[in-house]
Amino acid sequence: MDSAPSDRRVDDALALKILIVGGFGVGKTTLVGSVSEIRPLRTEEQLSEVGTSVDDTGGVDEKATTTVAMDFGRITIRAGLAVYLFGTPGQDRFWFLWDELATGALGAVVLADTRRLQDCFPAVDYFEHRSIPFIVAVNCFPQSRSYGAHEVARALDLDQGTPVVLCDARDRDSGKEVLIRLVEYAGRVHTARLLDTVGTEPVG
Amino acid sequence: MTEDMSGTPPHHGSHWYDAEAGPLVRPYAMTGGRTRPVTTTVRFDLIALIDLQDDAPEAVGKEVETLGPEHRALVDLCRIETQSVAELAAETDLPVGVVRVLLGDLVELGCVRVSRPVPPAQLPDEKILREVIDGLRAL
Ligand SMILES: Nc1nc2c(ncn2[C@@H]2O[C@H](COP(=O)(O)OP(=O)(O)OP(=O)(O)O)[C@@H](O)[C@H]2O)c(=O)[nH]1
Ligand SMILES: [Mg+2]
Repeated sequence: MDSAPSDRRVDDALALKILIVGGFGVGKTTLVGSVSEIRPLRTEEQLSEVGTSVDDTGGVDEKATTTVAMDFGRITIRAGLAVYLFGTPGQDRFWFLWDELATGALGAVVLADTRRLQDCFPAVDYFEHRSIPFIVAVNCFPQSRSYGAHEVARALDLDQGTPVVLCDARDRDSGKEVLIRLVEYAGRVHTARLLDTVGTEPVG
Repeated sequence: MTEDMSGTPPHHGSHWYDAEAGPLVRPYAMTGGRTRPVTTTVRFDLIALIDLQDDAPEAVGKEVETLGPEHRALVDLCRIETQSVAELAAETDLPVGVVRVLLGDLVELGCVRVSRPVPPAQLPDEKILREVIDGLRAL
């Protein structure tokens, strides 16, 4: 039987991945929900990988795992092109999740609350060290005194050029703007790297 | 009358769980205790796309009969449209690791195929990024 030509060719379809990382209660779920249809996604890890010491189990293969819930959203750009958002906790003991998510990712949004800026240090460190394009989005809560983007950039000691945007995670347009800034920035970083590679091509 | 509490859906709040607060689960019963997919050559990224093999619909039906309801649920979802691993997990309310193992079985059986993994640090070309930006603006 000849197979009919399928319009569902997985290899033609393109999926892009964006991470939304931030500390407890910073607005990750709100942001993903304001720009996309959001669903909880469960992933699970062996306990040893979540920072619990199992040194004294003497090599016993413990199958118990702990569940980590992520925020998961999808934005369909057109047939065959979709952006997937993954909202994940920002503590550095969750880096194993970021490893998985960061592979092949377009980039990341590090959500920050100016009352607890230190919460996003681990994520900023992580993405800087791995040269993954990221922007910092400051979620503006009413109780917090307003800081300028420059102040935040300085306080976080960001590399020159890393964008800082102020946003309201509850607002769809504001959330969209955050994502747009990230995609634009990721494009610029990528172009710069290509030029860099060409410039430093080893001779012989 | 018996009340079947096992059918009660687990509660999912907006909270993620951590080592201190997280419930211990043994989600691998339906995978026969396996935590890794049989197919080690295929890497199931969260956004890897899954499709039914369109050349083997009959075989798919028969093989899948011998598998569990979770396998069938995945096949049924892929029948509707192309799905990412993450969507399959969210839709079936199974943990991602379990879905990976089940998909490994389905790949082995020739029921589904998986898109090529995205190479790390490779960005789509400028035209695609432009499309994405315009698409986001138009949301
Ligand atoms: N005023 C104000 N409130 C916000 C904003 N973003 C989120 N909130 C509120 O802050 C609370 C926490 O937001 P979430 O989106 O649940 O934060 P989260 O990062 O997902 O939190 P966890 O998953 O628990 O770490 C909710 O009550 C939101 O309604 C904002 O931009 N402005
Ligand atoms: Mg949340």
